[in-house]
Amino acid sequence: MRWFNRLAMKIQMLFGRGQAGTRLDDELRFHIERQTAENIASGMSAEEARYAALRSFGNPALLREQARATWSWNGLESILRDLRYGARTLRRTPGFTAIAIVVMALGIGANVALFTVVRGVLLRPLPFEDPNRLLMLYEHQSANNFPFNVVAPGIYAAWNKQNNSFSNLAMVQQGQLDLSGSNGDLPETLDSAKVSWNLFPTLGVRPALGRGFTAADDSSSSNGTVILSWGLWKRRFGGDRSILNRTIYLNARPYTVIGVMPAWFEFPASTTQLWTTVYHDMPEQLMKALDAHMFRVVGRLKPGVTEAQATADLSLISRRLHEANLYDPFIFGAATSRPLLEHIVGDIKRPLYVLLAATGCLLLIACLNVANLLVARAAARRKELAIRTALGGGRLRLLREHLMESFLLSAAGGAAGLALAWGAVAWLVTTRHNMARVGSIHFDGVVAGFTVAVIAACALFSGLISALNANDKRVLTALHETTQSHSAGSGRARLRKTLLAAEVGLTVMLLIAAGLLLRSYQRLRSTDMGCTTNNVLTMRIMLPGARYKTPGPAPANFFVQLLARVRALPGVDAAGFVTAAPGQGHWSDWGVTIVEHPPLPLGKGLDALNRWADPGYFAAMGIPFLRGHTFDDGQTLDRANEAVVNQLFVQRFLPGEDPIGKHVRIMGKDVAVIVGVVGDTRYSQGELPDPEMYIPLFDGKENNGTLVIRSSRDVEQLALPVQRVIQQMDPDLPVSDVLTMNQLLGKSALDESFNTTLLSGFAVLSLLLAAAGLFGVLSYIVAQRTSEIGIRIALGAGRDRVLGLMLADGLGPALMGLALGLAASAGATRLIQSMLYETAPLDPAVFAAVAGALLAVAVLACLAPAWRASRLDPMRALRIG
Amino acid sequence: MGKPNDLVQGTLDLLILKTISLEPMHGWAIARRIQQVSGEVLQVQQGSLYPALHRLEQQGWIKARWAESETGRQAKFYSLTAAGRQQLEAEAANWSRLSAAINLVVREA
Repeated sequence: MRWFNRLAMKIQMLFGRGQAGTRLDDELRFHIERQTAENIASGMSAEEARYAALRSFGNPALLREQARATWSWNGLESILRDLRYGARTLRRTPGFTAIAIVVMALGIGANVALFTVVRGVLLRPLPFEDPNRLLMLYEHQSANNFPFNVVAPGIYAAWNKQNNSFSNLAMVQQGQLDLSGSNGDLPETLDSAKVSWNLFPTLGVRPALGRGFTAADDSSSSNGTVILSWGLWKRRFGGDRSILNRTIYLNARPYTVIGVMPAWFEFPASTTQLWTTVYHDMPEQLMKALDAHMFRVVGRLKPGVTEAQATADLSLISRRLHEANLYDPFIFGAATSRPLLEHIVGDIKRPLYVLLAATGCLLLIACLNVANLLVARAAARRKELAIRTALGGGRLRLLREHLMESFLLSAAGGAAGLALAWGAVAWLVTTRHNMARVGSIHFDGVVAGFTVAVIAACALFSGLISALNANDKRVLTALHETTQSHSAGSGRARLRKTLLAAEVGLTVMLLIAAGLLLRSYQRLRSTDMGCTTNNVLTMRIMLPGARYKTPGPAPANFFVQLLARVRALPGVDAAGFVTAAPGQGHWSDWGVTIVEHPPLPLGKGLDALNRWADPGYFAAMGIPFLRGHTFDDGQTLDRANEAVVNQLFVQRFLPGEDPIGKHVRIMGKDVAVIVGVVGDTRYSQGELPDPEMYIPLFDGKENNGTLVIRSSRDVEQLALPVQRVIQQMDPDLPVSDVLTMNQLLGKSALDESFNTTLLSGFAVLSLLLAAAGLFGVLSYIVAQRTSEIGIRIALGAGRDRVLGLMLADGLGPALMGLALGLAASAGATRLIQSMLYETAPLDPAVFAAVAGALLAVAVLACLAPAWRASRLDPMRALRIG
Repeated sequence: MGKPNDLVQGTLDLLILKTISLEPMHGWAIARRIQQVSGEVLQVQQGSLYPALHRLEQQGWIKARWAESETGRQAKFYSLTAAGRQQLEAEAANWSRLSAAINLVVREA
């Protein structure tokens, strides 16, 4: 029962503490009264009795303290008291408090936001069943030593049949499908994926509604079936369950909706809205090819099998096929693998970690700043602290108060920072909505824990640093200090100067990183693409195969008419059509041989990008002809046998010869004759050009591509007229990605642009904080040395000399920090080398620019206090002192 | 008694527990009773009494109740809990053993 009583006491002491205090007073008062009464009864007068009672009672305050000292929850009470005092002290200096909280909020907010992103994207395991057993499998292209090549369907079929290591293997290919308009909705182009029927079982997910694919759905003779994403189902079909078993038209072919995936599911990309089966959508003959590489392959390891074993297993199967078909150099003989998570986020890992490191720097700078501010405050309150120490205040007690203040600042800053982080994450998720795994970014317990840890660390860090200053030995000197003392103020400011140097060092590192990224981004965006990029409008058109059969005359006729009509529009200087324009990516390539050359040794092949283009395309895009001319007019349908190649093609495959008139055999079958050589263009902004080969568009073999329109005036105004032309020709044909060439290139550099913008923002922020810090420290030093300056001026020192003296004092830490920062950057920038484009990590221009900028800002920040120092009236200075 | 050290604090607890084992009392009465019963030898100082009372209460050996005192004013009456009664017996036994041992040593020497 004793424990019950103790518990009851504890609860009473926690919640009824105030009442208990009053009761204690009552109890003690009662005792005195009884003693007084007793004394009166034994003969003293009333007054004497009371004095005697009080005397024997002792010091009531001390008694009260001693009684209360036995109560439980005493520790908690003193902490709460410290909090109250701390809050009151902070409230008395609202300016300082506000600045400190804002600085903390920025640092903590940025850190928490980025950590949330990193946790969701990089650290959280994939939301599939047992995700560690999932691998992404590739073919290894030995010619360029490229280990992550897409897989040929024939190779996949062999892997699937012959392997012993995987419980499931599935193909995936990303693409786009045109969803036909219905019920008044416009047609739209959606990101989609062709998958093996067993993809979802491989990943271990099930549709939220309806059913998944079965083997019967995945053959060339089955009816078309499609699974929708949750978002598409809600948005386009109103979340109506009756969509199941209804037919929709994709690329003008009928597909029955059999299921809807859960809301959290995103695979292979965060923008995939439709899944269809691969054997139904692709031509049967193509799916047997061993050398046409086009699929990603996902596999789930059998229990007990390691990744190395499984890869070796698949490599063996590939090798056997390669050996059996040595004449075909595009049948690769090895397989590689990596964990599925690595495949999905591998590209953005380094940039995200760099950004996280940058926010860490920013947080550190914020803490140093706040510590600096706290040190300034402590210095101002030195006398008060000295008196309290002399009166018996324990050192630990005062330290606790110090820590409490910095804890309150950190907590308030942390709360504000958390709100900031919330907003930042929401903004980021909307801006980068097609970043990998963006759907798994949300706040959870780990993030909350991280926030609390960060706040505690900040509080400890800034509190301890500022508390370093206060120690017992200087109590006496502080008390002795009279207003006439003018011992060196700069000595006292040593701690602040060190903090400032550290701040400046970190700022320099951030500035250099941002500068390098900016330089790299600028170089990226100003790469010569090999064609006109100004005033060029692009849009993608996909003719549905059902109505425009390839190969056939229908697509060719469409393009002929389209180009004629578009060229006739007012304002259009030139127009052309190509399957993929420069900057739109690698797209497809094929193996070629030069007919006039001797056959290549076994296992060697020539590889060139393939593009279908209309004869007027090159002129429209400003791609110059270096030899020969474009396609003749008669190059249509079966008669089309001409080809145009780029200069790199000639340099690599026909060095030192005249290419005009030579013949190229495409994939061992058709032969084309080279009629022209054009300048190189880059298929992607950051990559070097590849050999390229153009085929006449009107051969009717391709039914999708990019329409390009050039104008001498504002080309964006032509977007609507051109789309109207297309709509007139075929009302059910959606047009997608209507972008000017510059916008297109900008979009492809979105990652770099994002990273650069963020990092630059952090760098500027830290520069501002460092400048503010410099200003504060120098003001403090000037205030400390006021009397000294007054003496100097009175003794005849020129105002400029005083100005110079103060500037030197302020710039000292700045220069030290600059040196530290430059040295540290020289070592650290190597880490971001993979994010730089044509920029050396030790780019001297960037280093020099940053050094110059920092010095300029430092001088500006120091100018005001130094100026004030030089304008001191010596009389006032000496009198106040 | 001056400021209690460990041994004496333990003894004070014993005295208090014994005093209120007979009937509930308030602090002043406890001090008075101890003084009387010991023949004016033991004079409990308030500086030790109230901290001891509060400590015993926090530890659950005694419990307190506010009631009307003999003078008509409200006072805090302390009484033993069941556990307190057991503690009293244990402490009394301890004290006997201890004092007997000390006696033996002192007599011997």
